[in-house]
Amino acid sequence: MSDRLVSRRGFLGSSAVLAGTALAGCSGGSASGDDTIKLGVLEDRSGNFALVGDPKHKASLLAIEEINNNGGIDGKQIEVFDPDPQSDNQRYQELTRRMINQNNVDALWAGYSSATREAIRPIIDREDQLYFYTTQYEGGVCDKNVFAVGPTARQQLGSVLPYLVEEYGSDIYTIAADYNFGQLSADWVKVLANENNANVIGEEFIPLSNSQFGSTINRIQEADPDFVMSMLVGANHTSFYEQKASAGLEVPIGTSTAMAQGYEHRRLDPPAMANIYAGVNYMEEIPTQRNTEEGGFVDRYYEKFPDAPYLNEEAENNYFSIYMYKQAVEQAGTTEQGEVKAALESGITYGAPEAPEDEEIRLVPETHHVDHHMWVMRADEEHNIEAVDDRVIPETFLKDTVGCDLTQEDEETQYTPQDYYEEAG
Amino acid sequence: MVNGLNLLFQFLDSFAFIVLAAAGLAIIFGIMGVINLAHGEFIMVGAYATTLANIRLGLPLPAAMLAGVVVSAVFGLVVERVIISGWLPNLISQLAVGRDVIEPLYDRLADSMVATWGLSLIMVQGVRITLGNSLDQIGTPLGNIAYGGFSYSTYRVLLAGVALAVLAVTYYVFTRTEYGMRARATIQDEDTARAMGVDTERTYMTTFAFGSALAGLTGALYAPTITMVPGLGSSFLVEAFVAVVVGGPSVVLGTTLAGGLLGMINAVFSNLIGTFFGRIMLLLTAIVMIRFLPEGITGYVERLRERRQEGA
Repeated sequence: MSDRLVSRRGFLGSSAVLAGTALAGCSGGSASGDDTIKLGVLEDRSGNFALVGDPKHKASLLAIEEINNNGGIDGKQIEVFDPDPQSDNQRYQELTRRMINQNNVDALWAGYSSATREAIRPIIDREDQLYFYTTQYEGGVCDKNVFAVGPTARQQLGSVLPYLVEEYGSDIYTIAADYNFGQLSADWVKVLANENNANVIGEEFIPLSNSQFGSTINRIQEADPDFVMSMLVGANHTSFYEQKASAGLEVPIGTSTAMAQGYEHRRLDPPAMANIYAGVNYMEEIPTQRNTEEGGFVDRYYEKFPDAPYLNEEAENNYFSIYMYKQAVEQAGTTEQGEVKAALESGITYGAPEAPEDEEIRLVPETHHVDHHMWVMRADEEHNIEAVDDRVIPETFLKDTVGCDLTQEDEETQYTPQDYYEEAG
Repeated sequence: MVNGLNLLFQFLDSFAFIVLAAAGLAIIFGIMGVINLAHGEFIMVGAYATTLANIRLGLPLPAAMLAGVVVSAVFGLVVERVIISGWLPNLISQLAVGRDVIEPLYDRLADSMVATWGLSLIMVQGVRITLGNSLDQIGTPLGNIAYGGFSYSTYRVLLAGVALAVLAVTYYVFTRTEYGMRARATIQDEDTARAMGVDTERTYMTTFAFGSALAGLTGALYAPTITMVPGLGSSFLVEAFVAVVVGGPSVVLGTTLAGGLLGMINAVFSNLIGTFFGRIMLLLTAIVMIRFLPEGITGYVERLRERRQEGA
């Protein structure tokens, strides 16, 4: 067993890292001995992130089943390893090691929160494991092993914030969850406000454990902004929307976190989500043919999982990235991870459900991020969802501002807006 | 003036939340010496029962809330008979092997913590498995009070009134009823009380059910304002424990004083500086209290009184 492990490890690593090591000699042809392709899918089905992680898990299974029914990848069936990490970062680390060392997965999809991603990234990098992170996130991860295919804050906020400035005015009040994601997203609000000639007139960070929002609502009323940007996260924070509605706070709210992930517009009693605008790459309600037509993505999902409550943003990201992986393996003609990475870096495109009929989304070789088709989705008094704006928004922060180019240089860094923008500092 | 009103509403809001979160916990701890780490999950039972009764059975909200209270009281009774007193397992084991297998958890702080913590884990996961990751939520009734550029939810102001009523009823029950007298006798000296003919076993049972009913009431009242997920109990737990630590052993007086003090601290700091700071100050207060008044406010008052009596 350990022999095979060593040889496999050698095979997985990029040749640059392993050149000249003793291991390189015994790496020949081990992967071709397997008759299945092994994918690891670690998504939370219990614990804090169960509500949002469960659809990701389901959509992954859907993509894998579809691919297997259509002859697999290059004629090989996909075998899936999907233990429940239970929203526990320590468990994530253990399972990630197990996926790599025992199950020898050819690619790994794992984790909902940025905290989880950062907990397992050192393991991923040490083992040079091909890894897909699919949640919308604060952005900035330039890492040779990580394919961060969810939209970034610059894409999510960059779609909804300019729309709201145009619609309602330029005074913005930011409320955000008090951790890595919320803090960086709030910095992005400042950067984007500056680019759109708007001002952030107030800002509050709220601990994840807080579920009472009376004073926050009062402070927003006192500041009297044209709209609020909300990057609240998790079940406790969801209470904000019900509480602001019952307190009679009627200001429009832009968000990158509500509705598309935890389907608050379905769970909460109207009009809690009235006048809330989500900047997202996907929601079950987006009006593309691939998504809503008969036999489309939504139909196929509910056919396989009739009792599923919602098909969320991250679920679509898991779904299309598994298809992108398939494309890359077929292009490379092997599951050897270095070569699959190179194939993924060849500018793969895919007709994901988020994109209109004549359009494909593109995996950017230099940054391992995706130029998403972004949507601004609005909920009305009855919680009906309507698309009010949509367009392709490239991920420009890593590519243009930072100059991350993973095709030329291997990196394992997360960049933050403070390093590049005065107003974020 | 407007800010004064803000502060007042904020205070009423925090006061209600702290008192309602802590009441059931304080009673079970104060009278039975059982630290109920599943208190948040008892609140969850009340909230879930209320929501299900309202949405699935179509009961009007007040009736659904009543159902929430009854369900959690019955649930508490079952937990007491099975886990806390071990009555049911012992009954079965008596028949099967002729001896008891469970020692009651009364006045065994550490043991009761472990047992109820286990119970809370089972409850959260059990609810997740049977009812899913979330429930649809009832909207908050009664609209809002508007003043100047501000407004506040009427329902949340009403909760402060309910909190006061809960304190009044608890006070009445423990000082003016026969059950209350037996309960207080049981706390003071269980053996003597039993010798005097008090059925302490039954007192414990009733007390646990009463505490559970209060937790259920809290869940029922807050169901329209918070997110319906299996882990919702945890958002009540910090406030509840801080209030019990600060309040001390006297149930009604301790909870009232703790609710008043902590509510004020939370209102002032979260209004002036921010929600985050309000919560920091709550925890800081708890730390300072544990350091300087380890028995809480009422414990300190009690000690002062004893010292004065000795002096006289």
